[in-house]
Amino acid sequence: MEWEKASLRVALGKTLLELGGKVPNMLVINADLRSSVQTTFFMNEYPERTIEVGIAEQNMIGVATGLAMMGYIPFTVTFARFASKRAADQISLCVDYCQTNVRIIGAYAGIFTGAQGATQQMISDTAAMRSMPNMTVIDTADVHEIRAVLHYAVEHIGPLYIRIGRDSWPVVFDESYKFELGKGVWLREGSDVVLMNSGVLLPYAIEAAELLQQEGIDAGIVNMPSVKPIDEALINDVARNVGAIVTLENHNVQGGFGSAVAEVLVKNHPVPVEFIGLQNVYAESAPNDDLSEKYQLTAPWVAAAARRAIERRNKHRSRRT
Amino acid sequence: MTQITDRNGKPYEVDQKEVRQLEYICELVRQDILNTLYRVGRGHSGPSLSLVELLVTLYFRELRLDPTNPKWLDRDRFILSKGHGAVGLYSVFAERGLIPKEELDTFESLGTRLQGSVDSVWLPWVELTTGSLGQGLSVSLGIAMGAKRQGKDIRSYCIMGDGETQEGNVWEAAMCAAKYKQDNLLAIVDWNGLQGGVRQEVMPSMEPYRAKWEAFGWHVLDVPGHDIAALLTAYHQARQVKDKPTIIVAHTVKGKGVSYMENKVEWHGGNVTRPLYEQAMSEINARLDALSDYAEVQ
Repeated sequence: MEWEKASLRVALGKTLLELGGKVPNMLVINADLRSSVQTTFFMNEYPERTIEVGIAEQNMIGVATGLAMMGYIPFTVTFARFASKRAADQISLCVDYCQTNVRIIGAYAGIFTGAQGATQQMISDTAAMRSMPNMTVIDTADVHEIRAVLHYAVEHIGPLYIRIGRDSWPVVFDESYKFELGKGVWLREGSDVVLMNSGVLLPYAIEAAELLQQEGIDAGIVNMPSVKPIDEALINDVARNVGAIVTLENHNVQGGFGSAVAEVLVKNHPVPVEFIGLQNVYAESAPNDDLSEKYQLTAPWVAAAARRAIERRNKHRSRRT
Repeated sequence: MTQITDRNGKPYEVDQKEVRQLEYICELVRQDILNTLYRVGRGHSGPSLSLVELLVTLYFRELRLDPTNPKWLDRDRFILSKGHGAVGLYSVFAERGLIPKEELDTFESLGTRLQGSVDSVWLPWVELTTGSLGQGLSVSLGIAMGAKRQGKDIRSYCIMGDGETQEGNVWEAAMCAAKYKQDNLLAIVDWNGLQGGVRQEVMPSMEPYRAKWEAFGWHVLDVPGHDIAALLTAYHQARQVKDKPTIIVAHTVKGKGVSYMENKVEWHGGNVTRPLYEQAMSEINARLDALSDYAEVQ
């Protein structure tokens, strides 16, 4: 399938610039990586509202906390690796526990980081952030979702973590995209299996649904940018009505979005789930396509996971009847 | 006698009477600390007692605050980064009339506003929850930056423990505060030379300490940390420094004012038994008696 593509980090940078014009008390805090995360758009227009702390993410979170306490809306923007766990204790206490209005942008989330290898990739930030009691966690799929989520971010009250990718990436949505916290959205109804996606693997879900359709399998697609709070009602409906689920995330399968879905399911309607994501391994340096293939994230792997989920469900049903 | 002005520019003098009055309050605070530790049966005694003069001079003379409104927007901000000095801070709050004195008895019990490490979620007089060390200075810096951006004459104060400044986060903040010329930021280090359960000399050396802060671009004042007049003078001097943050290295004695606790590593925490409580109270009471002429304050 041929996708139109657009840069995720440019969407981040341009949306921050756009918000700067609308929200006068918004600040952007850099930790050296201004051009990598494209905060240069904002800082060229609003140098007086840009703060550079250097390669010092713990201080970045503390400074953002103090500024938020004085009524500002600080966006801390750096690689997800450093934005989240480098300063995890500061985030836990100053931001999450104290419920401070700091927006933490984890750019270059997941493994698609321009072939820079495992040290620049981040596959456990969702797990770390969603385990903090007050934290809201959002993963983004394309440029339109990034824009909508960042527009939401200035309205949000309390701790907020947003994952954003780096590269030129398939455009799935359009300008009409609306983001609603805690809500998943159906992209396609399906009666045999549902692919639940959070983040940039969404094109693989769409391609997988088409592959499955060719073999007569009716696969639905749900997009869930809101990892926490998560759309429990939708997950329960899918479990009741379809009974087979595949989750997709650009993150380790342990502790991330798939785990969040599974936590909801086991409370209400335990059904078979297959997890697409990093299978408890670190990735490596390589072009994105090679990484996607090796770590089994692409459409054929998603389709295979869907078949496994359906098979498990059917086996379970036949045992019961 | 030193000529100094208060936060509102009103001239006043550090005269003997005022110093004695504040010393009297310090002993009342020590009484509160000991009462709390004895009644509750636990708590950080040493780290609280070393802070008393620092906190009393701040809360009774230096900080601009509204005793009826903890969230007054134009207040000065104070963060106790060494959050385990909680009993010391709560006792100062009680003597300053910010919380009821009897509330001290609830320290560390279920549902209390007086959490074991100072906690802004529970008690509005606390600006920031601390206790995971090394974080307070960055937040104080953010507050100072915010105040300057708003063009407000708000000062931001932060007390850290000496051991706490082993945290890398502190030096990240130090570097950043100097870059942004944050002269409305005053850091104070409670330099008592002891930490956790050991003397500081067993740790990686922080010396030359003063030179480190100077090299990071700070104005450094060395001050005897239990000397009221010296502290008031230092706060005044800090206000005169322009375009750089100031740090007061306050040379204190851990456990100050209770003879058997002074400079003893084992009194970082510890249980105050009845005989020990009585001994401490008799020492404090003797000093209160000697200062009884100065019991009337303000």
